[in-house]
This record gives sequence, C-alpha cells and structure tokens, in this order.
Amino acid sequence: MPAKKLNLRKRYELLTRGMGWETTYQKMDDVFPYDSFEGIKITDWDKWEDPFRLTMDSYWKFQAEKEKKLYAVIDSFAQNNGQTNLACASYLSAIKLFITGVTPLEYGAHRGFAHLGRHFRGDGARIACQMQAIDELRHAQTQVHTISHYNKHFSGLHDPFHQFDRVWYLSVPKSFIEDAMSSGPFEFITSISFAFEYVLTNLLFVPFMSGAAYNGDMATVTFGFSAQSDESRHMTLGLEIIKFMLEQHEDNLPIIQRWMDKHFWRAYRLLGLVAAMQDYMLTNSPMSWKEAWEVYFVENGGALFEDLSRYGLKMPKYHELATAEADHISHQIWSVFCSLGNATGFHTFLPTEEKMAWLSEKYPDTFDKYYRPRFEYWAEQKKAGTFEYQKGLPQLCQVCQIPMVFTEVQTDPMQISYRVTEHGGDKYHFCSDGCKDIFEHEPEKYVQAWLPVHQIYQGNCGGPTLPEVLDWYKFKPEDSGDYIGSKDYHRWQEWKGADKKVKQA
Amino acid sequence: MSDKKNTVFLILQDNEDARPIIEAVEQDNPDANIQYQPGMVRMEAAGRLLVNRVTVEENLGREWDVQELHLNLISLGGNIDEDEDKFEISWR
Repeated sequence: MPAKKLNLRKRYELLTRGMGWETTYQKMDDVFPYDSFEGIKITDWDKWEDPFRLTMDSYWKFQAEKEKKLYAVIDSFAQNNGQTNLACASYLSAIKLFITGVTPLEYGAHRGFAHLGRHFRGDGARIACQMQAIDELRHAQTQVHTISHYNKHFSGLHDPFHQFDRVWYLSVPKSFIEDAMSSGPFEFITSISFAFEYVLTNLLFVPFMSGAAYNGDMATVTFGFSAQSDESRHMTLGLEIIKFMLEQHEDNLPIIQRWMDKHFWRAYRLLGLVAAMQDYMLTNSPMSWKEAWEVYFVENGGALFEDLSRYGLKMPKYHELATAEADHISHQIWSVFCSLGNATGFHTFLPTEEKMAWLSEKYPDTFDKYYRPRFEYWAEQKKAGTFEYQKGLPQLCQVCQIPMVFTEVQTDPMQISYRVTEHGGDKYHFCSDGCKDIFEHEPEKYVQAWLPVHQIYQGNCGGPTLPEVLDWYKFKPEDSGDYIGSKDYHRWQEWKGADKKVKQA
Repeated sequence: MSDKKNTVFLILQDNEDARPIIEAVEQDNPDANIQYQPGMVRMEAAGRLLVNRVTVEENLGREWDVQELHLNLISLGGNIDEDEDKFEISWR
C-alpha cells in the first residue's frame, strides 16, 4: 500500500520551512543586504504563509495545464482567421496600446520578483516571489505570442519593447514599474502586489478582458484570463504581505501607509490609459470605466480597506478625488490621444454617434456638458478638412509623466489642474496633489525622471522634427493617424467585402 | 462599522470546466448573487462564499482537487482559507 499522501498544509510547511538556514561563513546581513534599509521590521519570517499553500509540484502541474489550454485556443484562433471576427479593426488600437504599454510591465514585474525571490530573508516569501517571477514571464510571453498573430495582419504591433523605452505615452507605464523596481523589496511588493494587483488590477484584466470577449477577440480574452488566474494568487499574496508586515511590528504601519498612498496614486494614474481603452477604444464596451471603478474600487476596494482598518491602515490618500475623476478621465485622455494622433503608434478615431449616445447615458453629469462639444467640434473640422493635430509638445507631470490634461473636477472641471514646487533652484510641475506629494517626499529620485518631451527638446530623440522622432520610435508611417483611411481600415474593408465570397465557396 | 457584511466575490471563466463549480457555489451559497458577463461569471455574497469539494465532485462525477480552481479562476475579493475540502473567501 502506498504511503498516505500528506495534506496540503503539511506539504506547504515542508516546502517553506527549514529550506533556508542561518549562514555562518557570511553574515546574514551580507547575504540579504536589501531587506532592512527601508525600515520594515520583521521579527519572525515563519509567520509568513501563502493562503493557497501552493507547492512546486502543483504549481508546475496547474501552470502547464493553463499553458496547454491557452496555446490550443491561440492555434485555433489563428487557423480559423479569428481576426476577421473582431467587432471592428479599430478595436485593435486597444491591443496595440496593450502590447506596447502593458506587456513590458509584465516583464518588469518578472525582473522585480526574481530579485525579491533571491533577496527576502524568509524562505516562504522567497518561494512565493519565485513563483510570481515565473508567472510574470509567462504573461509577457503569452501576450507576445498572442499578439504576434495580429502583427501579421495589422500595423503598429512590430516593436513593443523598443518603443517602451522611448515613446512619449509609454513613459507612463515605464516610469511606474521602474519607480517600483528601483525601490527596496518591501516597497516593490507593496506597490506591485498590493496597490497595483490587489487594489487596481481587476480594472485592467476583468472588465477590459470581458470587453475583448464582447468584441470578438477570443485570443486576448484567453491570455487575459489565463494571466488573471495567476493574478488571483498574486492579489492574495499582496494582501498577505500587507497583513504580515503590519502584524510584525507597529513601526511598520506609517511606512506602509505612505507606500500605499504613493503607489495607489501612481497605479491609478497609469490606469487612466485603461479608462480610455475601455470607454473609447473598445468598439462595444460592456461596462464603462466609471461603472468598473464603482464595483472594483469603491465597493470591493472599500471592503478590503475596511478589513485592514483593524491594523490602523486607512484608505489611500486622494481616493475621493480618484472617484470624482471617474466621470472625467477617460474623456480627457482620449482627447489627448486624438489631438496628438499623428504621434501615436495606434490609430485614433472620434466617437461615433452611437458611441456618444452610450457615453451620454453612462456619464450623464459630464459627457454632454464638457466632452461631447469637443468631439463634435473636431468632427466638424475633420469634415471641413480644417482639423490640425497639436503642433507643440505637451507639458508633462514630473511624476506620472502624463500630459497635463486632468482638471479640477471637484471645483471647476474646465480648469486644468496645475501644481508646482521648487527643488534645487528648479521648478517642477505636477498634474495633481498626489503626484506633487510623491515628488516632495523623494525629490532626488524624481528630478532624474526621463521626461520624453524634455528629451525631445534636448535633442536626444532622433532629431528636432516629428518625422525624425517617430522614426527613432520605429513608428512606420502607416502606424499613426486616423483609423478611417488607414492601411488597417482598407484591409478590414477588403475582408468584410470578401467575406461573402469566402462563405459561398 | 455597521452589521452589514461586506461583499466577497469570486470570478470564474464562463466555460464548461467552471460550470460544475458555479453550480456548486449556487447550491452551497443560496444567497449568492450570480452575474453572467461576457466571458466570465461573477459570484458575490455578503461576508462569506464557500466552494465545497464534495458538492463539486457530485456535480462533476469524479474526484476534484480544490486547487483545480486555479485553472479557471479570474479574480476574487476577500481573505482566503483553503484546504483539501473547501475554498472559502470571507471578510471578517
């Protein structure tokens, strides 16, 4: 008779306890040099527990099964020319922004967790981070594999990693992940696992992926939900690390609260791009940004912080402002892209009548009053042939690096929100009090920010003219501009025209 | 804080593998609110939501490892307690 299988709890304990040891040839502080300078006090690493109690054998087994399912769907999508079943080729602008903006974030998260998987002193925490490092690499790979199919048929998908380090709007996700990666390990994990993954990632992967399903993009749904199945584990890890740090020592609370405030705001600003994807770039949107924010942040996030209040942790600073901005940011960000559409690696398009009716319904207090007139004015100009893209380059926020487009939504929604501070004799500009606070706490870090607009003016981006800069980005002429009349548009028209013949054959 | 229990939730992919699990959740959590959205199923309940191995096995007609839940899991909200027999999500 075979030996009785150990239970989950016991197996997890054997994997994560006693695998490490007190080093004697070298001092522990030399072996783990990074886990004390941030001021987080850990008295007993053995209190760390992964609630899923996942062991390596189960991890490999389940991940392998996820991969098999995912690649089976991608193969069948490619064999059946799934790209022709999309709601519209303009939808792919969202996927172009995803592969250039989000996929490199996954890779950055992989690097960050690989670092933590080496440098946390506790074996349980190291193993959890090692698994997550592998997950994040898997996400980057599955996204590249899925989207490479679209790259055979559409513009703008050819050089995501080259572009991530250069393009003006991609500096937003890049600066977010690099801010976390250049922090200490506890701040990194608070930023990525908790502020981003627990509090906000549902907004990226759940309603947006459901939106992909709604628009016939089964390939994206598949990688999205496959990634999200790992994400649930990461969220749980994020909550666990927060509780663990708070339980270890009372001195940890103010440090964690400050990180929470900072990284909530950083991640929230980054998600402004997702707001525009969800409300404008999806041909059909199953749920508005505002609705998603209400469910996933106000309601679910509220429940989370209520649970954490027993440790003294408060809702992140400026969360009320983020909720007030939910009525505005998708419109503001899509306006920026439309006004600089000659310098984006995806196509822009004005909302159709049908889309505007939907936006009016979803945003009854703001769309008709503030944003519809702008889009209608641009539509008239386009019709008359007088529309021009913005000639100058926008001023960027020193911290989030988003052009200064956000407004004073709580007092005067037509007034741009500007904040300024001085450091070392120079002035620095911000989009919000949230970003200004972050700067003022660590000015030496943020004065070094690589701001794309400044870099262009300093002559570091291929040359002084727009075509030179776009060439340096490796944007091809067919990647930018209006969707209507683009190469993608014409190809789509050909397919839809040819569709009948194919079916008859 | 009021007596009102905060909402916990579990989201699974809307596919054949997840169906016996969704049905088990409906059976074991009669007050749960089940929402079908494109590509996914969101299950919500006040304070606590339980996935019971035995119920899933009855629906599925075979043995089921609770960790198989990972394969079709999209998201969740709440503290997790998992062992051989159940997967439970709760807010205190």
